[in-house]
Amino acid sequence: MRRRRQHGAIFWLFLAPVLFAFIVVIVVPFSLGAYYSFTNWSSTARAGEVLHLIGLANYAGILKDPSFLYSFSITVAYTLMNMVAINVVAFGLAMLVTQPLKGRNIYRAGFFVPNLIGGLILGYIWQFIFDNAVPSVGTAIGLSGLANPANLMLAKSNTALVAMVIVGTWQYAGYIMVIYVAAIETIPRELIEASFIDGASAWRRLRSLTIPLTRQAFTVTLFLTLVNSFKQFDVNVSLTAGGPAVFFAGKSILGTQLLAMNIYDQGFRANDMAGGQARAVVFFVVLVIVSVIQVAVNKRREVEL
Amino acid sequence: MKEHYSGRLLAPELVALVLFLVILFPFFIVLVNSGKAPFAITQNPLSLPTDWMQILSNIATIWTSPNVQYSSSFIASVIVTTVSLVLLNVLSSQAAWVLVRTKTRTSTAIFLIFVAAMVIPFQIVMLPLLSWFRSLTELTGVRLLRSYTGIILAYIGFGMSQSIFLFHGFIKSIPLEIEEAATIDGCRPAQTFYRIIFPILRPIHATVVVLNGIWIWNDYLLPLLVLGKGNRIMTIPLAVSNFAGAYVKQWDLIMTAILMAMIPIVVLFLVAQKSIIKGMVAGSIK
Repeated sequence: MRRRRQHGAIFWLFLAPVLFAFIVVIVVPFSLGAYYSFTNWSSTARAGEVLHLIGLANYAGILKDPSFLYSFSITVAYTLMNMVAINVVAFGLAMLVTQPLKGRNIYRAGFFVPNLIGGLILGYIWQFIFDNAVPSVGTAIGLSGLANPANLMLAKSNTALVAMVIVGTWQYAGYIMVIYVAAIETIPRELIEASFIDGASAWRRLRSLTIPLTRQAFTVTLFLTLVNSFKQFDVNVSLTAGGPAVFFAGKSILGTQLLAMNIYDQGFRANDMAGGQARAVVFFVVLVIVSVIQVAVNKRREVEL
Repeated sequence: MKEHYSGRLLAPELVALVLFLVILFPFFIVLVNSGKAPFAITQNPLSLPTDWMQILSNIATIWTSPNVQYSSSFIASVIVTTVSLVLLNVLSSQAAWVLVRTKTRTSTAIFLIFVAAMVIPFQIVMLPLLSWFRSLTELTGVRLLRSYTGIILAYIGFGMSQSIFLFHGFIKSIPLEIEEAATIDGCRPAQTFYRIIFPILRPIHATVVVLNGIWIWNDYLLPLLVLGKGNRIMTIPLAVSNFAGAYVKQWDLIMTAILMAMIPIVVLFLVAQKSIIKGMVAGSIK
């Protein structure tokens, strides 16, 4: 009897610090945020003073705001391109460094290095590359088109979005590669040797052996790349700062502003905290639905095998 | 046979080598341009510096720049990262232990709530977090915005769910007999955990440190909101962004600031490469 009570005490004692952090940092702000999105909340300093419930007005405002609709669609486009690019490159790199190459440990480490550096810093490096290094290479090799300021990748919104995919892939592929490498290395050697004896082509081996046997890793890598692309903020800030401007639905808006930055700007630049929060709620709901579907679909594929 | 084998690998070896150089090329660009004078850089960003000594004077400029305050930003980043990591490891592992070893409905429910919280993106709490921290400070007198207390508390809150999840999975695999033996020998529960279990958790501690360490060290959005740019406490990403904002297009100095921001983590990686990569993989394949 005494032991039981002691156990109860230690249970709450050991949980108390994380429960405290969880409630203060996540539960309360999350609930406040849901409530604020239905009010006229306008500044972080004035919350709790004169908040009025205004129903769904903030959500209705989102639908009327072309910058959010635009931002939403380019975030979807960015996420899809990023997922494909990162996973294709990462899988290719993984196939490469699981061969018995001489320098494979050095290659693995080198491919992984960009992942150690924060997106903010990487964005600045690549801004310099796209704006200065590429034109200078263009001049050097006689392709004056590359040096023309109008042709810079960051000068147009479409190519600037692709530039963000390039940076995202460069940053993230090494990490995803490491996950694929771990999965590929669990494939039994006999299976691979058998496929050689059977005279299977490299393509056939990839399709019928490597990909099916690493399917579990795909659930993880697709989830990670999906969530991280959708939440992208740092590279967006330092590489394009949301620019260049485009004309959309009769308004001049930022051409590469992803959702995370759209939420931030609505709150702090436009001083519309409630509107920013309503956008965040939409962002959250979409992210949860999409990632649940993605994991469910991939899990079902895993089982089928 | 042997010759045939190595011949087959020549092409992939070359491809890997080329990719290796291409992927590391941006770092080369950072390095050579950190060693240039203001105007040399825009003329030819790819050439080697004419005078490598320039790199020292650039470093000196960044070191003393009031926008960067490199030494104090570096110390701030180290404090935020290490204190958050120590607390995350201690607090999440002890919480995971009682959650595994107590088989009640409350225990299961708490664990499931933590797991569900892993999908909550920072963006949905970031705006209310600021006003909530502000009112908490008014209420209790404890400074949370622009303070170490606030940002470390935030990192524990956002890092704990995944950490508890990782520890939980590992602790489940530790046989209960070890703990029973300790109890018979007269260990109290807290002693059992800290003397017996905590040391066994070493590999998973490493994973939690690597995953959260890379995130916290490089994070930009959370420090931007909780600490703000140009205030008393700045982490390295804040300092770099603050500098790049103030010295727009002064690429020689921006590149030097970037170089100095990268050096600590790259050095750490070269020292602990194997365990860092292992930790990242263990954290993703659960």
